[in-house]
Order: sequence, then C-alpha cells, then structure tokens
Amino acid sequence: MIAPVQTPRRAFAIGAPILQLDSISLRFGGVQALTNVSFNVLEHEVRAIIGPNGAGKSSMLNVINGVYVPQEGAISFGGEQLKGMTPTRAAHLGIARTFQNIALFRGMSVLDNIMAGRTLRSRASFLEVALQLPRARREETENREAAEEIIEFLEIEHIRKTPVARLPYGLQKRVELGRALAAEPKVLLLDEPMAGMNIEEKQDMCRFILDVNDHYGTTVVLIEHDMGVVMDLSDRVVVLDYGKKIGDGTPDEVRSNQRVIDAYLGVAH
Amino acid sequence: MLDLLFFIEVLVGGLLAGIMYSLVALGFVLIYKASGVFNFAQGAMVFFAVLSFVGFMELGLPFWAALPVTVGLMVLVGMATERFVLRPLVNQNENTLLMATIGLAFVIEGTAQAAWGVEVRRLDLGVRDEPIGWLMDEVGILISQLDIAAGVVAGIMVAALALLFSRTKVGRGLRAVADDHAAALSIGIPLKHIWMLVWATAGIVALVAGMLWGARSGVQFALIGVALKALPVLIIGGFTSVPGVIVAGLIVGAIEKTTEVYIGPYFGGGIEGWSPYMLAVLFLMYRAEGLFGEKIIRRV
Amino acid sequence: MFYREAGQFRTSYAQDAQILPLRQDRWGMAALLLAAFVIVPYVANDYWLSAILIPWLILSLVALGQNILMGYAGQLSLGSAGFMAAGAFACYNLILRVDGIPFIVAVLLSGVCAALIGIVFGLPSLRIRGLYLAVATLASQFFIVWALDKFGWFKNYDPSGVITAQQIVIFGHPFTSPQEKYWVVLVIVAVLALAAKNMARGSTGRAWMAVRDMDVAAEVMGLSLLRTKLLAFAISSFYCGVGGALFAFAYLQTVEPSAFNIDLSFRILFMIIIGGIGTIVGSFLGAGFILLMPVFLNVLFHGVFGQAVDATIISAFEQVIFGAMIIMFLIFEPLGLARLWQLTKERLRLWPFGN
Repeated sequence: MIAPVQTPRRAFAIGAPILQLDSISLRFGGVQALTNVSFNVLEHEVRAIIGPNGAGKSSMLNVINGVYVPQEGAISFGGEQLKGMTPTRAAHLGIARTFQNIALFRGMSVLDNIMAGRTLRSRASFLEVALQLPRARREETENREAAEEIIEFLEIEHIRKTPVARLPYGLQKRVELGRALAAEPKVLLLDEPMAGMNIEEKQDMCRFILDVNDHYGTTVVLIEHDMGVVMDLSDRVVVLDYGKKIGDGTPDEVRSNQRVIDAYLGVAH
Repeated sequence: MLDLLFFIEVLVGGLLAGIMYSLVALGFVLIYKASGVFNFAQGAMVFFAVLSFVGFMELGLPFWAALPVTVGLMVLVGMATERFVLRPLVNQNENTLLMATIGLAFVIEGTAQAAWGVEVRRLDLGVRDEPIGWLMDEVGILISQLDIAAGVVAGIMVAALALLFSRTKVGRGLRAVADDHAAALSIGIPLKHIWMLVWATAGIVALVAGMLWGARSGVQFALIGVALKALPVLIIGGFTSVPGVIVAGLIVGAIEKTTEVYIGPYFGGGIEGWSPYMLAVLFLMYRAEGLFGEKIIRRV
Repeated sequence: MFYREAGQFRTSYAQDAQILPLRQDRWGMAALLLAAFVIVPYVANDYWLSAILIPWLILSLVALGQNILMGYAGQLSLGSAGFMAAGAFACYNLILRVDGIPFIVAVLLSGVCAALIGIVFGLPSLRIRGLYLAVATLASQFFIVWALDKFGWFKNYDPSGVITAQQIVIFGHPFTSPQEKYWVVLVIVAVLALAAKNMARGSTGRAWMAVRDMDVAAEVMGLSLLRTKLLAFAISSFYCGVGGALFAFAYLQTVEPSAFNIDLSFRILFMIIIGGIGTIVGSFLGAGFILLMPVFLNVLFHGVFGQAVDATIISAFEQVIFGAMIIMFLIFEPLGLARLWQLTKERLRLWPFGN
C-alpha cells in the first residue's frame, strides 16, 4: 500500500522483551487516562500503539518516558524493574522520543537541534567549552560528525543551518526524528510521526523508520492513526480504547479482532 | 498588657499599609485580567496620576474639577498605551511585553517629571494623618485617621471591582478577553471598548491609590518604589484574583511592619526594603500560582 | 565586492565551527583588536579613557553576563547591579584581608563569590519563570545592597559608609594611570567575552537554549534542568561580579553599596534590549548606546537651549527617550542593534549589487 515491502531477513532478529509494562493505571484528577494496561515491547521490533482519539496513547508514551507518573503499575527496562521513571532517567537508559505537537527548540537551527540531541554524549564541562580545551573541541567535532550522519540519512542537508521555526511542518517532524536519533537510543518512542503529512512525506518517513530499525536495530514504539502505515510497518500492535487494552498481537490478528473493529466503528460500549 | 497593645498597633498599621499595597496591586490585576499583560508601568501611572492631579489644582482647578480631568488624562494615557505599545506587540511573548511596559514606565516617569517638576508636594484630603482621638485616649493605641479612611476607601473600591468582574456582563466580557482575545472577538465582544473601560478603571484605581499614598507621605518620586512593593503582593495573591490581592496585601503589609519593628532593630533596620520580596520568593517555591491564582497546566 | 566569501572553502568541521569563518571578518577583528590594544591607549585622552571607554568595557561585561542569563537561558533577571555590588565588595575585602593576593586572582574570586550568591538566588528558577522570576531577582537586588550596607564588616567599619578601592598591583607593578587601567580592563573583558562566545556556540549554549525553548523536551533528552539553569545563573553572576570589581577598582575608586541600585539594574536591562538579546556583540553595542546617549543629549540640549535648561529636566527627557527607544526597538527590531549590524554586513556582502 504505502510503505515498501519489508525485506524478509532482518539484520537484527527480534529478541527478548526490552520494555515491560505491568498494570499501569494513570489518573488526572477525576479523569482515568489508563486502566490496568499491560504489554511488553521486544527488542528490535516495531511496536505500534493504536486506538481511537482519547484512548490514552500519548499518555502511555508519557508514562514510558517518565513524563507522567502512573498511580499504579510498574515499568521494567531490560529485565530490571525500575522504581520510578523520570525523563532524565529514561534518557540515560537509552529511550528517546518525539512529541505529537513538535517540541523542537525554536530558537535554534536544524543542526543545533540535532547536536543538542547528543547531550548525553558530551562530557566536557562548561569550563572546557569556554576555554576551548582539547576535549571540548574533540567532542564538538565528533558530535558534528554524528549529527551530519543523521542529516545525510534523513536527507535534510540543504536545510541544516535553517532556523527550525521557518521550516514546513513535515520537515520539522523529520528534524525532530533526527534529534531523537542523535542520542543513539535503544528505544525510540514516536508520537504520531506522520500526522499532518502528505503521501510522499509519509512514504519518506516510513522508509526512515524502517531504516532506523533495520540499520541500527533500534526498537521502535510508535503511535499512529494511519492503518495502512501501521499494518505495513509494525511487527506487533497494541490497541487501546478508553484507557484500556483491547487488543495485542500481530497486525493481522488485531485486524480481525472483533473488539477492535467495534471500537473503531463506534459500537456502543 | 502594654506589649500586646503595641503589637496590635503595629499589626493594624501594617494591615492598613497592606490595603494600600493592595490598591496599587489592583491596577496590575485589572490590566492583567483584561489583556494578559503585566503592566510594569502601573507604579509610574500611580505617580503620574496623583502628580497631575496636584498639578492641575496648582494651576487653579478646584478639587472636584481636577478629579475628572485627571481621570480623563489617565484614560488617554491608557488608550495611548494600548494603541502604541500593546497593539504593535500583540503576538509577542510575555517577556517582550514585560520589557515594553518597563520602557513605558520610564516614559511615563520622565514625562511626569518633565511636565510637573521634581519638588515634593503635599496633598490634603481633608482627613488628617493623626491618631484617632478616643482610641489613643481610651485604649492607648495609635492608629491614624488617614490610614483608616484609606482602608475604607480601598475596601470599597476592591469590593466594587470584585462585583464588577463576577456579576456583570461587562465583567464577563473582560474575563473572556483575558482568556483568549481571538475567541472573544469571534463571539462579538467589542475588544476596543472593553480595553478602554479597563484602562479607565485602572487609571481611576491608580489615581485613588496615588492620592491616598500621596496624602500620607507626600507626592514624590519615591512613590514609584511603592509600586515595586506591589509585586510581592501580586505573587502571593495570584495575578488574576481581586480577592487574592486584598488578602495578599494584608499579609505583606502585616509581615513587613511586624518584622521591621520586632526583628529590624537587630540589624540596624531597613528590613522592610526586602522582606516582602523574600516572602514572595518563599511563596513562589511552594505555591507558584499564589493563594488564589489559576494553576497553569501545560500539555505536552 | 570586498566582503565576499567566494573562494573561501571550509574543508573540515573544525573550520566551519570557527567564530569568524570569513577571511574578511578575521581581518576586521584583527584590526579592531590592534586598535583597541595599541592605538587607543596612545591616541585617546584621559577623559575618554576614564569616563567613556573604561565604563563602556565594564558595563559591556556586565551586560554580557545578563545576556547569558536572559538571552541564552531565557531567565529574566533584574538583579545585575546587586551582583556587581557583591563582586566589588568581595574584591575589596579579599585584597584587604588576604595578604599579597594577586589582583587578577582577587577579581576572579570575587566573580566566584558573586556566582555562589547567584546560585542561591537562582534556585527559585527551578519552579518559576518569566515575571515571577524577575521579582525573585528583585529580592536579590534589594537584599544584597541592604546587607552590604548594614553589616559594617563589608566596609571595614568605615564610618563614612564608603570604601576606597585599593591600587591595582599586578606582578608588583602598579596600574594607576588611565591607560594602564584601560589595559587591565581590556584584557579581562576580551578574555571573558571570548569565553562567553565559546560557551554560547558550544554544547553549553545549546543546553541553555534547549531549556529556554522547550524544557520538557530538554529533560527528555537527558539535560538536567536544575544544573543547566543554575549554571546560567552562576556564570551570569560571575560576569556581573567581575564587572562590579572592575567598576570599583578601575572606574569609581570610591564606592558605596547604594551605587549599585535598582536603577543601574534597569540600565543594564536596557543595554541588552537595545543592543540585542542573546548576542555577544549586542552587549557591547547596547552598553555604548546607553552610555553615550546622556552625553549626546546633554550636548544637544545645551546646544539648542543654551545654559537655560535644568539638569533635572534633561534627565527627565533622558528617561523618556530611553523608555521610548526600548519600546520602539521591541516593536521594530526586537533583535536590537546587533541585528542591524548583521543586516548591514549582509548588505555589504552583496555590495555593490543591490539585492
């Protein structure tokens, strides 16, 4: 349909669960965003989270990432159960993400945004940067090289020095992907990476996501509305509705799940 | 017995000073509620208002004529501000607007001094800054008549404004405008009229505040420093709440005076120069939106 | 046609990352430095050095510090004069009480003192932003000046309430003449300005801007909001402190705490706004503008109205003009003089072709 057919042999075989979510419940005041949601994400796979609007998908991603703290439930990463996740901790664990409403640093250029993504790889202190001591200069060049690799991969060389605020929506989303990739993450969380894009842009984005997964072995968890994209891209799918999990399995299994069909067609609950 | 009386005296003095701070802070709240702009120039406007009032009287206008003339002048100032400062910057972020109002403060201060000169002036409101006779004689507490009168006036103004905002159609319109200009426009609220009304009200509040302060301490440049004191009041009370500003003003006034009198002497005095700000900072650490302000929620 | 980059290739990332990638810019900077270090001290008279150039350099340094805080880290601060005071009095006390301490070391340590105080008063920035933070910085301003005034120890219990800065002695050589003081100030300011530029363009600056623009995303990337914001406060206060020390030792000589009042803080704020927020060059341009404007107005008024104009009227007009300029810059060129300078350079690149 939209994305090219996946190559049958993967460079990185799907492995053990890298992320485990158990009985996650999340409340905001009187609103129950998530109720008792459990699922896992296997290493090197592409996992999609789908569901009607308001199902709690973004909240789920925010929980994985530590932006929201669930009232109940546990998160395990790499087999190790974590006592409380914060965004900084998630970053250190190797989880990177993009946001639904684009959270680029508007005052900076594309290159600077992507280089900013290399934060955790920069060890030089401010004093070293201020005095341009060898370690600072070396890191700056290394970070530049890494950023340029990503820029080339995402085919945005021509806009590398442009302030991001001036870019069209589709390119901004690509830059945000680049910034997330700059951290060389183990797990990439993508919140509606193709929202608002036309067919061509979607094709490109699909290609990039597949390449990232294939080339670097990055585990991808993505929220997406376009069913065609989901079916073609993902290895497994989780379906949420009104904060509860109503489906979990391969795209084909989920597609024929009656509860999922009902949720999307709006049958009265 | 004597100590308790003294404490009451200090406390009441502080509370009354606090009401005055509230009155100045009220001007800020009005403008902020209606336009989302923090008008740093409010203090300068207080100064300008009362200085012009006194100046008009010096030029020969009687009290009751100078009053409306000054109010008219303040409305003009407000409208000029809206037209030349706020409107061109309508989509900028809050820091930019804040700095613009700082610039505005300087413009207004400079104009006031250039127009009316720098001498300190006296303002006689008919109520004397003397202790209330029977309180002093019977109970032994010194509370100034002027302070009480100021408190009453301030109280009335605040009550009237609170009612205006919550009960009337105009008040609702104001709140809609404060929330979202574009949306308010799209449902037909006359933005320009609302703003004129707001600035006029803020101008009146500024004039009254200036008159009360001026009667107390003379009409002089230092009045602007008073306006800076209103900032902690706003922080503690919340920028958007009229009752909050009253309560906060009382708190700030009370704490300022009592700490100055009881703790100040250990340090050679002058604590009141910074104690309200420190109080505000502590508040900010624990309850950033103030006692009555609105919690700001950001969606990611 | 002179100011072109044709033919200048950058073949490595290190080259691309230079502060002055264009050869013409490097020549220009070399000429500027030559003028500053060699020509000016011999050509300029004492008045120009003492009353104009030295305060300009010092205030540029303070404005730079403020710019780091406001422009790069996006934290509003109205307390720069307070930190200047801290630096000035720290330097005075260090030289007074620590025998034989080298002047440069004392100055740097005063900066560190100011930085530590800055961190303390910067703690609220973790929970508050914008206007609220500005009010917190007012707290620092009022408190520092009050403390320096009330606790006689800072002034060595001098009954007059004023301290007299000691002589500047570096490696045994006293620096007393205007030229000598100018050199000391110039070297310190040049080094610190370069350091600031390096930080702003490097990972430090990116971290600050990230936190300024979208702190949730910055956190998600692994940046510690706490450390980034406090670092901005620390460095900014350091610059203000060093500036304050120089202000006392190379400019005012006799100093009292109230010289570092809120008025000075506002002036520095204006320097940044007019000069260009978030730029290094803007700090210098803005400081020059604010410093020279009163001189210019004075000359203008006395030229037009003769001696009949009262000093207070002139200062009142000065206020009006400053305020009006702030507003106009914010409306028409929010990026300040620095942006105007940048636009000029871009025009020059195409000259003599129009567009």
